[in-house]
Amino acid sequence: MPQATFRISRGDSATHGEFKDYAVEISEGMVVLDAVHLVQMVHAPDLAARWNCKAGKCGSCSAEINGMPRLMCMTRLSDLDLSVPVKIEPMKTFPRIKDLVTDVSWNFRVKEKIKKFKPRPADNADGTWNMAQRDVDRVQEFRKCIECFLCQDVCHVLRDHQKHDEFIGPRFIMWNAALEMHPLDTDDRLKELKDDNGLGYCNITKCCTKVCPEHIAITDNAIIPMKERVVDRYYDPLGWLWSKATGT
Amino acid sequence: MATEFEVYEHDVLVIGAGGAGLRAAIEAAGSCSVGVVCKSLLGKAHTVMAEGGMAASMGNVDDRDSWKVHFADTMRGGQYLNQWRMAELHAKEAPDRVRELEKWGALFDRTKDGRILQRNFGGHRYPRLAHVGDRTGLELIRTLQDHGIHQGIKFYMENTVVSLVKDGDRVVGAFGYDRERGRFKLWRAGAVVLATGGIGRAYKVTSNSWEYTGDGQALAYEAGAELMDMEFIQFHPTGMMWPPSVQGILVTEGVRGEGGILVNNQGKRFMFDDIPENYKSSTADKEEEGWRYVTGDKNARRPPELLTRDHVARCIRREVKAGRGSPHGGVFLDISWIKEKVPNAPEHIRKKLPSMYHQFKELAGIDITTEPMEVGPTTHYMMGGVRVDPDSQMTNVPGLFAAGEVAAGLHGANRLGGNSLSDLIVFGKRAGEHAAKWAKENGRGTVDQAALAAAEAASLKPFEFGGAAENPYRVQHDLQELMQDNVGIVRVEEEMKFAQDQLQLLKDRAAKVGISSHREYNPGWHTAIDLRNLLLVSEAVTMCAIERKESRGGHFRDDFPAKDEAYASFNLIVKKGEDGQMVMHRRPIPPMPDELKQVIEENK
Ligand SMILES: Cc1cc2nc3c(=O)[nH]c(=O)nc-3n(C[C@H](O)[C@H](O)[C@H](O)COP(=O)(O)OP(=O)(O)OC[C@H]3O[C@@H](n4cnc5c(N)ncnc54)[C@H](O)[C@@H]3O)c2cc1C
Ligand code: SF4
Ligand code: SF4
Ligand code: FES
Repeated sequence: MPQATFRISRGDSATHGEFKDYAVEISEGMVVLDAVHLVQMVHAPDLAARWNCKAGKCGSCSAEINGMPRLMCMTRLSDLDLSVPVKIEPMKTFPRIKDLVTDVSWNFRVKEKIKKFKPRPADNADGTWNMAQRDVDRVQEFRKCIECFLCQDVCHVLRDHQKHDEFIGPRFIMWNAALEMHPLDTDDRLKELKDDNGLGYCNITKCCTKVCPEHIAITDNAIIPMKERVVDRYYDPLGWLWSKATGT
Repeated sequence: MATEFEVYEHDVLVIGAGGAGLRAAIEAAGSCSVGVVCKSLLGKAHTVMAEGGMAASMGNVDDRDSWKVHFADTMRGGQYLNQWRMAELHAKEAPDRVRELEKWGALFDRTKDGRILQRNFGGHRYPRLAHVGDRTGLELIRTLQDHGIHQGIKFYMENTVVSLVKDGDRVVGAFGYDRERGRFKLWRAGAVVLATGGIGRAYKVTSNSWEYTGDGQALAYEAGAELMDMEFIQFHPTGMMWPPSVQGILVTEGVRGEGGILVNNQGKRFMFDDIPENYKSSTADKEEEGWRYVTGDKNARRPPELLTRDHVARCIRREVKAGRGSPHGGVFLDISWIKEKVPNAPEHIRKKLPSMYHQFKELAGIDITTEPMEVGPTTHYMMGGVRVDPDSQMTNVPGLFAAGEVAAGLHGANRLGGNSLSDLIVFGKRAGEHAAKWAKENGRGTVDQAALAAAEAASLKPFEFGGAAENPYRVQHDLQELMQDNVGIVRVEEEMKFAQDQLQLLKDRAAKVGISSHREYNPGWHTAIDLRNLLLVSEAVTMCAIERKESRGGHFRDDFPAKDEAYASFNLIVKKGEDGQMVMHRRPIPPMPDELKQVIEENK
């Protein structure tokens, strides 16, 4: 059977990490995660990597493959150049715990701080609401997010400028958008988006959209509309008052 | 070894952060302090993978639906081995539990008049599954997670429980380690809820993730709880077959619910050939009627592709055995054919089944809107598990509760699709409520330090043997092959007896697996620890499967291919005997009240 070499970054929080080469036998249809499992089985049982579903549904297996942020379980070997070693590294934006596993707990803390969903009173006596499919469509797009944090990983504001304290990243701007555009939600998160969450840091490079394995149009459908709402409210207050008063 | 453990205290400790665990935690957090322990990160539990939907008789699409029909469907699907009281509570409470999710932010697909849309699924008489495209599990887990993080619950992510802590008869906490640093922890609690899911990793071809190593069943067993119905494993008829690395990954039943058909290599739609007697009156006998059904004609009967999973899986196996299978040992599942019926079919398919579309496109290079998929049976769901009280979800061990896939009873011999997600929220809530009550009434117990030290020592054994000893992955691999080949979808006495013997040998090997390196995030070590649980549940499955000398639901015996009335009146129970050996007995099914009998009669 043909072989391929995987150059995997190994190390923990204390060490810098170094690349180690592992050769494994490959077969038709394999994905990078299969190769990692083979390495664990044959060469390095202690190689740390996260995974759960192996079907692109849980967002656990994020890594950088030949420098690209991707899900290991959805990256087919047949799409890679196997004549040279395949480089596998952990996400760079988050501190490494060990090998391919990073500490993504910051993301969970960020989410907790965002104001939670607050629905309007129920429409019907049995506690239910009526919503049209076309009104839920756009929020459903955002709710496809599997929280793989690849968009967070690639965004230069976090990756290069380490603005973790001031900027919540594309995933959570989009989470704000999902709440703001939720047909039932009554709360308001624009002030926080502007003042605390660093919406202004995003300069619409669209790198986040490019890496999203769920193909969510993060920038066009979530970030830009949030930016527009902030502009309308805070930089065009008359327009905002007008629309509030007239309900348009 | 006098070791110091980190100690945490809660009124209720929930083990597992899937749908059942989160729902239990939310309920308990309304009245007391709650901790949730889980092996993965929050939001990654198995529940996230569920696709098709959750069953609740809201009647939004067909108002003839009611809890009674749902109850009768569930009992028929389970071949009447279900705990009828659980099936009753489930059918009655599921609609409220689903609606409540909307209050917490879930956004289901809508009907034309703006209500929650419901879809057809196998064994459900009316369109009953609330869903979001084919990512319903994601919607469920995210909704519970995002609501849960605001309820004051403490989450311990990437922590694995290795034993339950007892004070006399009673469970008073759990003991485990964190994956990141490999340090041991003690969680003291008034009550513990197990919500750890299933056992699919005991098999080679499975739709289940690494987490499904039967931990909860094994923890409960070791603590003295009874396991029930362990012979009933659901092999889902449609797993991916090709390429090899994706074998077993689930293809949602939703494909068939949207009109997908099963065909053999001669192009024949073979499901019409064998329709079981008790489903004849409710199954279409012409293709044209089947199509009308999936497109919403209330007077049409369902196509045979939507018969129960056990039956469909066996029909597929029959075709393959008879040489009518697809190139890689499955059959064809075709949704692309609907282009004959629907304008814009490709777009329609992508909208209704987006993640299936991507899954095949990205993993198999197949465009399901233009070509058929290759599918075959895959190990999917554990009907059996920890026996619980139907109302409170408490096990026979005081202070220990169980809910979700780890618990037994609701599904009997075969689970209907969509009845798991609703199970999680109905019985998750009940477990949380009763665990909180129990914890408040009984307070904390005392902890036996010696037992903790022993549990720690046992867990650390693999490091003593070192990297040159038996490889844990190898043992796991051999176990999966053994169970797949000998206690799989079609069973015979001889093979199972063989498996029983082999399991003993594997146990010896597992006791000597070794691991090099240190404790920090070491998957080899984690696998070594999980092995004990996998072996224990495999032993229980095999023991019960040998004992049930008939075919029923998920349990099919080639040597006893018919259903046998003599086996209709009891559930099999295993537990740890006095001398530490596994013992088994038959537990008579409690008599069903006349009202429920009548409900079943009316909905025959
Ligand atoms: C691909 C797929 C599709 C499915 N589709 C559907 C569907 O459409 N409809 C439906 O009704 N059902 C479906 N099912 C079944 C359903 O998803 C599962 O049965 C259900 O999600 C199980 O939920 P749970 O809460 O019991 O456990 P899980 O969601 O599996 O959660 C288990 C939790 O326990 C934790 N855990 C386990 N062991 C330990 C331990 N030792 N220490 C600490 N924590 C531990 C895990 O980390 C995890 O958090 C599907 C299943 C699969 C695999
Ligand atoms: S578009 Fe904005 S959020 Fe996305 S990567 Fe670029 S800067 Fe970051
Ligand atoms: S938005 Fe896309 S890339 Fe970002 S976390 Fe969600 S799924 Fe991942
Ligand atoms: S393992 Fe779930 S997304 Fe890769």
